[in-house]
Amino acid sequence: MPDTMINMDLVTGHYNYWLVVVLMMTGLFITVSRGNLIKKIVGLNLFQTSVFMLYISMGKIKGGTAPILTDDPATVYSNPLPHVLILTAIVVGIATTALALALIIRIRESYGTIEADEILEIEHQIDDPDPSPTNPANALMARIRGNR
Amino acid sequence: MISPDTAAIVIDALLFTFLVITALAIVQLRHLFAVVMLAGVFSLLSAGLFVSLDAVDVAFTEAAVGAGISTVLMLGTMALTAREEKKSPHPIFLPLLVCLVTGAALIYGTLDMPPFGSPDAPVQTHVAPDYIARTPVETGVPNIVTAVLASYRGYDTLGETTVIFTAVIAVLMLLGWDTKNRSLARNARRREEDREKGDEA
Repeated sequence: MPDTMINMDLVTGHYNYWLVVVLMMTGLFITVSRGNLIKKIVGLNLFQTSVFMLYISMGKIKGGTAPILTDDPATVYSNPLPHVLILTAIVVGIATTALALALIIRIRESYGTIEADEILEIEHQIDDPDPSPTNPANALMARIRGNR
Repeated sequence: MISPDTAAIVIDALLFTFLVITALAIVQLRHLFAVVMLAGVFSLLSAGLFVSLDAVDVAFTEAAVGAGISTVLMLGTMALTAREEKKSPHPIFLPLLVCLVTGAALIYGTLDMPPFGSPDAPVQTHVAPDYIARTPVETGVPNIVTAVLASYRGYDTLGETTVIFTAVIAVLMLLGWDTKNRSLARNARRREEDREKGDEA
């Protein structure tokens, strides 16, 4: 354990991981705190890209080079395996993003909104109708009917 | 002259600073066009970071897919749905607490990790040297990432293609046809009409 509170070796050896964690948590915060569905997906993408950075950071070797073979036998290559894993993850990520965006378009067509709170209100109204005009869900329902 | 190590740290720190600023701007902004564009900027900056971390293949895939295709998809979705995010009525205290606790736990977890860039970390000494040594002999492909992706782990890549195929089918099923019977309100009205008919009969 370090003698002092701030150990420079610990900082230079780990600052990369810490900044990645900061970015990851920013993505998580957007996903859980914002009600807009598109913004939730943007937050999820942020989180995902940060996880990629974490994996790629682990494969880096100081003084290494990109894992493309050279003629010099003394060359140090960074670890190619995290790169392969993350290439697959990027492509799977775009597939899930596309599916989520398609779902958002359908939700907007059916509910007339992409705000999670308003969707929930409409859902409650459908399950357990409350005809009083003060219920905000009725205004939303009327707006959807007006759109059609 | 500054040493290459210092230069690498400066470039990394600069890219990370921009990444954090971009992420915070995404949190703050409610105009969705700006949010989507900043998400593209975030992807491009992370592609730059991948280059500085020796992952050139990942960098150009991220630049093409993350900054390119996903920005286009999000802009399309935005055009079909909404341009402005509504102000959330919920307090941000609980989400903030969850993120801070999770972040603190993750940072505590990184303390046990080997230092960044260390050549004798477990991840560098297990199978990676084996792949690097065998690639030129067994496949003759100079790019080791390509060799692993297409040759050694070809079935994984096939699985990845299956995932994309499934996603495309799902998107087509959601958006491709039958645009007339989608409205929830219309379906509700139809149910009411059916019920009335049933009452009359």
